[in-house]
Amino acid sequence: MDGTGLSTTRSTCPYCGVGCGVLLTPDGAGGLLVKGDPDHPANFGRLCSKGSALGDTVGPSHRLLGPTIHGEPVSWDVALQTVADRFSETIARHGPDAAAFYVSGQLLTEDYYVANKLIKGFIGTANIDTNSRLCMASTVAGHKRAFGTDTVPGTYEDLDTADLVVLVGSNLAWCHPILQQRVLAARRTRGTKLIVIDPRRTASCDGADLHLALRPGGDVALFNRLLAEIEAKGALDQSFLDYTEGAEAALKVARKETGDATGLHPDEIQRFAGLWIGTERVVTVFSQGVNQSTSGADKVNSIINCHLATGRIGRPGMGPFSVTGQPNAMGGREVGGLANMLACHLDLENAAHRAAVQSYWDAPQMPEAAGLKAVDMFRAVGDGRIKALWIIHTNPAVSMPDADAVRDAIAGCDFVVVSDITGATDTARLAHVLLPAAAWAEKDGTVTNSDRTMSRQRRVLEPHAGARPDWDILAEVGRRMGWTEAFDYRGPAEIFREHAALSGIAREFGKDFDISGLADLSDRDYEAFSPVRWPVPKGEGATTKSRFFADGQFFHPGGKARFVPVAWRPPAAKTGRRYPFRLNTGRLRDQWHTMTRTALSAKLSAHLPEPFLDIHPKDADELGLAAADLVEVKSPEGAAILRARITPEVMRGQVFAPMHWTGETAPSARIDALVAGAVDPVSGQPESKAAVVSVKKFEAAWYGFAVSTHAPELDCAYWARVRTEAGYRVELAGRAWVEDWERAGRKIFSLGQAQMTSFMDLSRGQVRLAFHGEGGNLLAALFVSREPVAVMRDYVATRPGRSGDDILLGRTPADVPDPGPVLCSCFGVGINTIARAVEEQGLVSVDEVGAALRAGTNCGSCRPEIGSLLAGIQRPQAAE
Amino acid sequence: MARERLVIIGAGMAAGRLLDHLTEDGTGAFDITLFNAEPRGSYNRIMLSPVLAGDKSFADIMTHDAAWYEENGIETRFGERVLGIDRKAKIVTGERGDVAYDRMVLATGSDPFMIPLPGHDLDGVIAYRDLEDTEQMMALGAGKRAVVIGGGLLGLEAAAGMAARGVDVSVVHLMGHLMERQLDPDAGALLQASLEDKGIAIYCDAQSEEILGDHGRVAGLRLADGQVLPCDLLVMAVGIRPATGLAKSSGLDVGRGILVGDTMATSDPSIFALGECVEHGGMLFGLVAPVFDQAKVLACTLSEKPARFVAKELSTKLKVTGCDLFSAGDFQPGQGREEIVFRDPARAVYKRLVLEDDRLVGAVMYGDTADGNWFFELIQNRADISSFRDTLIFGEAHGAGGAPPDPRLAAAAWRRKRGCGGEPDVRKIECPSAGFLRVASTKQAGIAAPFWKAA
Repeated sequence: MDGTGLSTTRSTCPYCGVGCGVLLTPDGAGGLLVKGDPDHPANFGRLCSKGSALGDTVGPSHRLLGPTIHGEPVSWDVALQTVADRFSETIARHGPDAAAFYVSGQLLTEDYYVANKLIKGFIGTANIDTNSRLCMASTVAGHKRAFGTDTVPGTYEDLDTADLVVLVGSNLAWCHPILQQRVLAARRTRGTKLIVIDPRRTASCDGADLHLALRPGGDVALFNRLLAEIEAKGALDQSFLDYTEGAEAALKVARKETGDATGLHPDEIQRFAGLWIGTERVVTVFSQGVNQSTSGADKVNSIINCHLATGRIGRPGMGPFSVTGQPNAMGGREVGGLANMLACHLDLENAAHRAAVQSYWDAPQMPEAAGLKAVDMFRAVGDGRIKALWIIHTNPAVSMPDADAVRDAIAGCDFVVVSDITGATDTARLAHVLLPAAAWAEKDGTVTNSDRTMSRQRRVLEPHAGARPDWDILAEVGRRMGWTEAFDYRGPAEIFREHAALSGIAREFGKDFDISGLADLSDRDYEAFSPVRWPVPKGEGATTKSRFFADGQFFHPGGKARFVPVAWRPPAAKTGRRYPFRLNTGRLRDQWHTMTRTALSAKLSAHLPEPFLDIHPKDADELGLAAADLVEVKSPEGAAILRARITPEVMRGQVFAPMHWTGETAPSARIDALVAGAVDPVSGQPESKAAVVSVKKFEAAWYGFAVSTHAPELDCAYWARVRTEAGYRVELAGRAWVEDWERAGRKIFSLGQAQMTSFMDLSRGQVRLAFHGEGGNLLAALFVSREPVAVMRDYVATRPGRSGDDILLGRTPADVPDPGPVLCSCFGVGINTIARAVEEQGLVSVDEVGAALRAGTNCGSCRPEIGSLLAGIQRPQAAE
Repeated sequence: MARERLVIIGAGMAAGRLLDHLTEDGTGAFDITLFNAEPRGSYNRIMLSPVLAGDKSFADIMTHDAAWYEENGIETRFGERVLGIDRKAKIVTGERGDVAYDRMVLATGSDPFMIPLPGHDLDGVIAYRDLEDTEQMMALGAGKRAVVIGGGLLGLEAAAGMAARGVDVSVVHLMGHLMERQLDPDAGALLQASLEDKGIAIYCDAQSEEILGDHGRVAGLRLADGQVLPCDLLVMAVGIRPATGLAKSSGLDVGRGILVGDTMATSDPSIFALGECVEHGGMLFGLVAPVFDQAKVLACTLSEKPARFVAKELSTKLKVTGCDLFSAGDFQPGQGREEIVFRDPARAVYKRLVLEDDRLVGAVMYGDTADGNWFFELIQNRADISSFRDTLIFGEAHGAGGAPPDPRLAAAAWRRKRGCGGEPDVRKIECPSAGFLRVASTKQAGIAAPFWKAA
């Protein structure tokens, strides 16, 4: 209680793997106030733009109202019995391997545990994989190869105490903003240097000491060069090498590395190596740029090799550090969410491990071989080997490589169950049985973040319309399939204790993940659970430790770490005449995954409200592209239409597109439809960042921009729809000119009768329509042009629901300045507003901008962009 | 020196303005005799409609009263028709006697055209030209019925004025839409709807066939389709013809109107003409602005000061009983013509601009004519509007505000050499997506240059 009469509850943010603590205060009317938890060790009160806007995403508008079968509402009883019966029948007729679960890193650990137990222990197949396969699998494989277990050696405190932080394939500023702020804070307080290794010049480069624009896939070459330099400079830690094996083999490969594959100048590599070698406290942070690769595991090991070689691991301020993309990717790894794992980091294919778990679960059958990993799983769905599929909280029809094929495979599957909070996803629309799951703020459980800190997520809102937690849904299906006792859970605390106790057994096998000290947690203690980093071993005087491996104790038989000799390999797809560009994909600052929640927030949607393709100015010139053109991007797998952003932030020959857009938000921009299903042979992780594509101008007969109070219904070659405070804004374009725009507009906005104002300059292909409701308030407006539409979007987007006079002018009234596109999502501060203030008030720093406009003073996620803007304005002045 | 004898025939608005000019310096250079067939001096004929509508009295619209003529020493022969002119003798013969002149001005104006329909000579069939016509309309009581033939400005003014007095009015118009010379079909339809809201029945595409009478008095109008519109008064407002009878009978050159040159002289160098009766450069003049220009030119000519009349592009800004209308230039569609149209049916606003070679050549507006003068200037100046075409129709406040945002500029800015001056301020430019603009905003590009390139 804070005096307002509203009670505040500690919980955890459901977005990225930083795992920030949040304070949730329901407003009593279904809404939720969200603040950073000042006591949480991940964020100490800070939240990024996405976390700050969580309150915008809990409304009922998008939620499922009850279970459905083939779109028809049914009772929970009917829905769950149908699921149980169909899975039972499928197993009986086709064997357990005809069943599969595809789950996600958004499941809580308890949910995840039950899903694994059900399919591996009772249904009897290892066909469970997770979207973590797309995210972390290469790191898991790399960790296991090097350490014997999937162990993150360090902690976030290492970022605070490092003297050098190297970001490899990580746009930390946008994807893990709170960690970037910790790095930048260390930079301010102790002068920590920052190196960014990324083919793109991302927002993370703002304030960096060095950006190495590495050629895509060149990571192994770079880190092998580093390893060779470590040896050449005499920086090998001979005493630590005693705790390792395989160093010579790794060095032998590394010495041969020329570095050519990095695309970097030898001087750049020297400078990087010099800084790295010369800085004892170095943390190498890596993320999707490393993982999402056909050589992802090798990249991970090439990084770990360097840390092992120098003994810079497990000590304060140093170590290899994987940062995960999902709130509970780590929890999923702990419960064995991947097809080749068992709970508590035990190995499915190890008979002893398997037997121990089977005995603990009293399970009737256990698969002996690893199940199908994500890419193979959906191939098996496609060719009919898998006949019953349960997808939980993920959107593979969008996020899987070769997404169109995956979508078609799901559509063709005999029986598809989808558990989700909303039916408005590309995947949920394909479900035979759709089960409404409790949402983030509606359920209890635990999550583990990127530095092994387990935190509670707590229920503060009533589940919407009878939605149920996933553990409950899964357990009831288990019971209805006949395994009454094994799934007779009363709540998540009970599941947590079962998992914790199992970790004690795993400890006996010498595994790292041991939380047996929590196996006797009472319900009350579980409720009061404070964030704790594992391991938490059992027993009086059991020592817990915050970091691994400084003691030289690893988890391979024999206790030694292993160097993995890795040689550079190019990405699977080769560029050539037909597909001359390398397509990189990635995240945006204010969106998360397939936007099912972030797209509900107008604040978040204001930042980069359209899917785009970044392309270098010279490439754009050669293709005859002008800014704001649309482009058609094609790969052997699929095609997309995106807005061209001409920018030197990408290198020549490379293009970049965000991966968030879906059939719900921009059907032509499902970028993973262009990505081939090529996977890392070790980790099974697909290569999401190195597709090959052709790019050409999309010959639009018309371009459009629309705003409306309500969701428009669109049917044209290109459209992208986002929320605004006033309703929606849409970009659109078509291949053929429309003869009757009034009719088209009335159809798009479902406004058959509304008063319409129009502007037509048909010989120039300009059409503008505005629809007004009772009292003249604007309901919708459509701006059409043969050229990319030039209107003040950020002003026009504010008008629906308000007076629409002069809306067709498409710009602010003469006396109202145009705020421009939003940079600061928290306070809605536009780029023009900032630029004007900088010029008129002579502001020189991000802090001064914050003092004047509040921009950047809440979550801070936009500070790099404000910095860029400042530099852009100030640099020419300085030069004059 | 004896004062020059000037005879002016006609005391309409043109003559009134001419007299204003001739008398303004107070020198009394002319000995002026003013004939007028109407038994009164100049009044503002345009304002007859407010008189009809009851908004003004006749006294309000008099521009020159008896005292004024007396004060300025002008001999008035009001209510007297001129029977002939002896140009050789330089004598004008009026109904009440001759007057000799040194120079003469014909300001005979125009006559309303009366369609020679059967029954057109019945009592109660009138034009709408002068105060007498107006008074007949005013005399109709509420509940009576009137038919107006002609859906042009004058007919609609008559219809609206009578309707305002409670008369049940029908308008019969031969063409497809009202005021077809000033308005396009869309604007005409808006106007029609507005008049219908006032209770006026409108019949477009309607051919009048016969005026029906009863004991010598009008009783109705039969249309070609057989429909009969009963009425107590029938007003014909189907156009005017220059009143050229006197000029013709005097042997002056006459085309559609009395032919005049740039100094307003007729084929007889002693005789001048101005106003609705003249034809200049093939054009006739029905609007007040060019007529006033002519008055000024003629005043100069008569005072031996050089002046030439040049017909300007015409604009019409009208108010038909509360409906603002504007038209200017040539707004007929045609080869090479482009048009920009704005419609707001809810507010009953319609605007259409016609362009040719990036120049405005015509404009029609209904309901909101605030920017009429600006459009008219653009037409007259032949201004190149290509840089503000997108905002043009929204008026001067926006159109003059500079070029509309152009997303292409951002790309152009990128291509320019970095750091050089004179680049457009691309930060203010709006683009399809925020990120795109973010790129555009860093116009010198330094910040966006990858380190590998800068290093």
